[in-house]
Amino acid sequence: MTRLRGRWSNPWGKPRFLVLFTALYLVWSIVPILVAIRFSFNEGRSRSTAQGWSLRWYSGDPDLSVLHDPGLSTALLQSLRLAAIAVLVTVPLGVALAIGLTRWRGRGAGTSRAVSLATLVTPEIVMGTALLLVFIHVLTFIKLGTVAQAIGHITFSLVFVLVIVRGRLLAIGPEYEEAARDLGASALQAVRLALLPMLVPAIVASGIVVFAISMDDFVITQFLSSGTNTDTVPVRIYSQGRTAPTPALNALAALTLGITIAIAALAFVLWRAVRAARGQTGSALHEFATLDADTIR
Amino acid sequence: MSEPERADVGGGSDNAFWAGFALPGVAWLCLFFLLPFYVILCIALGTVDPIFQTPAPEWNPLRWNTSAFEFVLESLFTSGAAFQTVFVRTFVYVTIATALSLVIAYPVAYYVARYGGRWKGVLLVGLIAPFFISYLMRMLAWINLLQDDGWVNDVLIWAGILNAPRNWLDGRASSVILGLVYGYVPFMILPLYAFLDRIDRSLLEAARDLGASPFQAFRRVTLPLSMPAILAGIVIIALPMFGDYYTPDLLSGSPQTSMIGNQINLYIRGGQQIPVGAALVVVLMLFLTVLMGYYLVSTARAQRRLGR
Repeated sequence: MTRLRGRWSNPWGKPRFLVLFTALYLVWSIVPILVAIRFSFNEGRSRSTAQGWSLRWYSGDPDLSVLHDPGLSTALLQSLRLAAIAVLVTVPLGVALAIGLTRWRGRGAGTSRAVSLATLVTPEIVMGTALLLVFIHVLTFIKLGTVAQAIGHITFSLVFVLVIVRGRLLAIGPEYEEAARDLGASALQAVRLALLPMLVPAIVASGIVVFAISMDDFVITQFLSSGTNTDTVPVRIYSQGRTAPTPALNALAALTLGITIAIAALAFVLWRAVRAARGQTGSALHEFATLDADTIR
Repeated sequence: MSEPERADVGGGSDNAFWAGFALPGVAWLCLFFLLPFYVILCIALGTVDPIFQTPAPEWNPLRWNTSAFEFVLESLFTSGAAFQTVFVRTFVYVTIATALSLVIAYPVAYYVARYGGRWKGVLLVGLIAPFFISYLMRMLAWINLLQDDGWVNDVLIWAGILNAPRNWLDGRASSVILGLVYGYVPFMILPLYAFLDRIDRSLLEAARDLGASPFQAFRRVTLPLSMPAILAGIVIIALPMFGDYYTPDLLSGSPQTSMIGNQINLYIRGGQQIPVGAALVVVLMLFLTVLMGYYLVSTARAQRRLGR
């Protein structure tokens, strides 16, 4: 007991309880995923016991594998299609919104900022219901399916770009633009030549975040789906998770995870490079981990 | 939500220029965020086509019809009625899951922020990884593990805790709460980490120098300083949990564990009585707005207590 207390109050030692606790948490958080990936390589049909190793559920099986079951492969393509559209539209829209809302003073600015932040605290089921009803009753020229889903993803992820870019803008301050203006640049030139290059790391980071949000999104995608041909991977997992007879669903999930991580890792390496090129110091991982935290201050 | 405002750029002449940047985004949000909210209200307060049973929105606020709201509110405030049972259940699940998440998230975030040392990079990868693994895939992993012949039952039987396999996926509150905690806890850890990492260590050293034990230093310095982060973490995971329907559907699928999100999903996507679903959404939004208001007031109070 004395020894225990001795360890506990040693101000220089690491608290062993916390080491153990954190290690257990990481194991608990990662192992189920690894097990699910393991079952995707099963030779047999079980999704709950290990049965040999094969690529049967990825490509081998002539009917039920991800490669040969059109229901599974279209879901993966639809996920990637929506994520690509979401990144391409949301990032420019959000960067412009962030620049505008940070520099614009006057009537309307405060309200616009409040409306943008309100999307952050709106649960997805509320936004999904709202968009579904608006597409059915008012904006009827927008058909449910890919376009409606993309609009949903863009609306939902816009605020994350806003928050990330705005955080960077507040850190940069107005001095560089002022210097550019003093040297004879027009307002637009100051933004293009002085501000945008300094925002590149934040722009890349927000692209990664939008991509991750879009790939992960389930509720809005399901509410705005027009049928099984516009189902994404998460929607497919929801509809078949309990009833799927084979590990092909695990294979689909594992494949999607692999692609997501590969794209995110590439983008992260790119982000770290542009960050270093812009002279930003400190751990890139740390900065990425704390990006979202600024949203709630 | 308040940030320190930086000095202004330019003057009034530039204001239109900056507003122009914001215009596309603001127009987008008006069209796809504000307008849809008005449509929800008009459908919740509209009527239903007597023949086709499709909702007929009422655009004129002067002719709003409150029958769907009356139906929802009556069921919500009659003890034992359907919506009240579901709402109380949702509240209990979310409260338990949020509390458990905090108990898990705080020590992990605290450890990584304070003692991460040269392992910090690896630890951060572990904390960020769940953001790139779809929530639904993480639920699928637990469906695999919790099957009758799954590994959870194997381990529990091997350890002598269970005699026979237990059916975990058939209407058990414990499975749903496990799913909620597993699904949402990463979203609480990162903001906690960010705040705890920013705490000035010299404050802790000062506390120790003045004779506080490590535990006292934690309780009297670190914990009060991290109060705003704790509140924020609670809000970040509690709000989406209130709208969750997929976790109970996947890990239970039974009406016994149905949450408010399941009811909304049922009424809106099920196609029957859409105005009732819309009214439920409005009631949920009002409830969450009250929670948010309480959060903003408590954060302001916590900040004031810290003398900021």
